[in-house]
Amino acid sequence: MDRASSTVELDDRLDRVGYDVGLRMLELLSYRERVMRRKPEVLDMLRFIHSTAWPHMFGKAADDLQQAAAAEDEYMISDYDLLANRFISVPKSYGAFNPGALVAGVVRGMLDGAGFPARVSAHYVEHRDRPKPITTILIKFEPTVMQRQAHIENLKKG
Amino acid sequence: MSIYSMYVISKSGGLIYNKDFADIAKVDTNDALRLASIWHSLHAIAGQLSPVPGCTGIELLEAETFNLHCFQTLTGTKFLLVVEPNAPYIPAVLQRIYELYADYVLKNPFYEVEQVIKCELWDEALEALVRRQGAGPGGLVMGGSGAAASMYG
Repeated sequence: MDRASSTVELDDRLDRVGYDVGLRMLELLSYRERVMRRKPEVLDMLRFIHSTAWPHMFGKAADDLQQAAAAEDEYMISDYDLLANRFISVPKSYGAFNPGALVAGVVRGMLDGAGFPARVSAHYVEHRDRPKPITTILIKFEPTVMQRQAHIENLKKG
Repeated sequence: MSIYSMYVISKSGGLIYNKDFADIAKVDTNDALRLASIWHSLHAIAGQLSPVPGCTGIELLEAETFNLHCFQTLTGTKFLLVVEPNAPYIPAVLQRIYELYADYVLKNPFYEVEQVIKCELWDEALEALVRRQGAGPGGLVMGGSGAAASMYG
């Protein structure tokens, strides 16, 4: 915190650290999969992150994977108790800063490495069943990704 | 309710955290700071005065209306617990408080060591622990908060 002059910069730094980790983790996890095949579809990649990357990092699958209701290019992966945030009490002066920015960076690295450029960020979200806010990783894909996805779907329809 | 209040003293003798769990135990900030430094010095002196070798300091102070338990960690941080005279399992409670300290204070990158403890998760976990310990019909009244940031002595 001493080396960053603002929460935005702190966010960026954590994101950059996570990004490098994500690139390498994608390679490692893809190698360890039985079938080594690229995943051109958005949902397949997200499922990979939700069910393969998360257990590798945290010992259990992510708690939720949703598409945003409002925007087609936005997806959300939620963790009710993100390990990175479990012991951290963010001082009020940091506002809405979420230390999960590190994990968001990892996700961004994995997506970018697989050919899905996106903007990824971590947010605290109130959840009605949970006493504490959960952490949601918000993924907003670049237009190129959505165009490619639409093209794939068209091809599938034949 | 069996636990009246809790104090955490840093290894240099300054009060870094205090919390009162009962109305009768309310102590104002200056008195709390004085209590911490006096205790720190007494604790050190007792270690020297002891006729038995291997004494590390005062562990228990028994008075008519309360007991004061002190747990010193290997790093010199002291956890003081002021409890009613017949409170059970206090050493175990102190161990558990030390665990919570290691988790929610020391693993917090925003916490500077030896400074006053201002961690929300620590406060919440502590309250939950004390509530479980001394669940009485009246419930617990939370008083006190982090000590003023002045080091004593």
